[in-house]
Amino acid sequence: MTQVQTRSVDNGVDVGALLEARSALEAAPEAAQFTWRAKCEWIEGVHSRSSVETFYGLGEEQKHTQAFLIDADHPPQFAASDEGVTPVELVLSGLASCLTAGVATVAQNRNIQLHSVNATVEGDMDLAGILGIDSDVRNGFHAIRVNFDIKADATADEIAGLVAQSQKRSAVFDIITNPGSVNVTVS
Amino acid sequence: MPSTSTIIIGAGQCGLCMSRELASRSIDHIVIDSGEIGQSWRTERWDNLRMLTPNWANLLPGMSHPEPDGFMAPHEFVSQLEHFADSTGADIRTGTRVLRVTRNETLFQVHCDNGVLTARSVVLATGAAARPIVPRLAQHIPEEISQIMPNRYRTSSDVAEGGVLVVGASATGVQLTRELQLAGRQVTLAVGNHVRLPRKYRGRDIEHWLTVTGVLDQMTNEIFDLARAMKLPSPQLMGGRESVDLNALQALGVSVVGRLAAVRDGIALFSGGLAHLAAAADLKMHRLFDLADRWIEENGVSAPPPDRPTAFVLPADPILSLPLNDGRIRSVVWATGFAPDFSILDLPVFDQRGHLRHDGGVCAVPGLYVLGLPFLRRRRSHHISGAAADARDLGSHLASSLKARAAA
Repeated sequence: MTQVQTRSVDNGVDVGALLEARSALEAAPEAAQFTWRAKCEWIEGVHSRSSVETFYGLGEEQKHTQAFLIDADHPPQFAASDEGVTPVELVLSGLASCLTAGVATVAQNRNIQLHSVNATVEGDMDLAGILGIDSDVRNGFHAIRVNFDIKADATADEIAGLVAQSQKRSAVFDIITNPGSVNVTVS
Repeated sequence: MPSTSTIIIGAGQCGLCMSRELASRSIDHIVIDSGEIGQSWRTERWDNLRMLTPNWANLLPGMSHPEPDGFMAPHEFVSQLEHFADSTGADIRTGTRVLRVTRNETLFQVHCDNGVLTARSVVLATGAAARPIVPRLAQHIPEEISQIMPNRYRTSSDVAEGGVLVVGASATGVQLTRELQLAGRQVTLAVGNHVRLPRKYRGRDIEHWLTVTGVLDQMTNEIFDLARAMKLPSPQLMGGRESVDLNALQALGVSVVGRLAAVRDGIALFSGGLAHLAAAADLKMHRLFDLADRWIEENGVSAPPPDRPTAFVLPADPILSLPLNDGRIRSVVWATGFAPDFSILDLPVFDQRGHLRHDGGVCAVPGLYVLGLPFLRRRRSHHISGAAADARDLGSHLASSLKARAAA
């Protein structure tokens, strides 16, 4: 049983709840102020473990249903223990997940049934940056490519429209494409 | 006794169309303008500007033009406005600046620099483009760089030799980019959300397709996500035959970059999201082409085959930052839009953000109306061709309101 009788499409996204939240937050802008958190502990070498559990939003402290642990490390090619993905791969994964969530949500809202969504993300990096070989080379990715392979009951243009709209409303896409401010302190 | 029944503030296309509507209903009124008829068309346009849309689309009621497919210069349009004003025989008081508008129980007081006029109704027709919008990050632009507002720009020779950063890929942004690049300046164009349209499609001006498919006549309640539509910049068009889309500008040597996101330590930082915005603009343009193709098919009209422009060509190595402090960039042009100015109103008609509240041009204070704002009642509301239709609707509302209030 779908929640809304008129909807024939179900991508598992509760768009009704999201739209309700949108109008509620429009009326109460202070409740829309969120703070996301991750804690990270050094394990050994370049291996670290992050835990994600709490966040702030809707005017009070909030919790995930469980604490999530994410290991980050580097592969043997970097003389490391490879206990987890590299941090830059986590960034790529975050971008892909954010855009994919957007595709599913927009599809639901536009009454488009999805059958499969597969994203492939690649980021190009010149190690001369992080290794300090060339100060003109940036540390981060100099190019990121995302490719979507989407099977859905929709035309090619409608699918392109889903992908466009998901970029328009993606937090991670914005974080990566626009300059932001980061303040690192020591306690 | 009031000075007149209705005071119209602004003697441009909207004010004069409303004057014509009121005259046709025998409603006594006065049109006042701080300058001449069509003041902003006279004083706030650059020298080489031609109207964005062909002459046939810019005819005021009862007017004609010998070259319907040409593109008027603003001064020609001013002549049209003057003829139109003559034809309506309105009482137009030019050179009269309104300082403040107040209201008591029954009457508005319009405080002008040469006295106070009173009326039962006031129509605001001062336009959507009273002042340029400049983003807050402008304060971080180094002092030695001159900042140019499009309503003050006249000709390329006023702009220093060297590099220019044009911010905003609106109709104004792309036209000034083209003009300055052709005048030997090295232009970098920062592109945010934009609307791409070709001058022609399948042999006809794009305005023809926007008209026959009914797009321009969509009423505000038929438009999906009106709030977003209202924020869209003007389409990348210029009057005449030239193309001013991003590909055409790149072919002239313009450096096309992403949205200006920040100015930090004298460096302009651009968004890396240009490919997305350009793809979204292309997608929307193709939806209009699809609509035109369907219309051609359904109406059995003969037209040349589809001639869709190529997709935006993303620069191979997108530029993400540009020093503003090494002397290469000498000027910044803010083509970041315009806002209306209703600061003369000493009336409880503004929302929390200070925007004028209205329902299709009908303000919350009885007898107060506004014209000429984007999507006021329909998609073409702020086009010249929208003035007559909106004035007809609101003139009818105004007449009923006057009658109702007289009876009360």
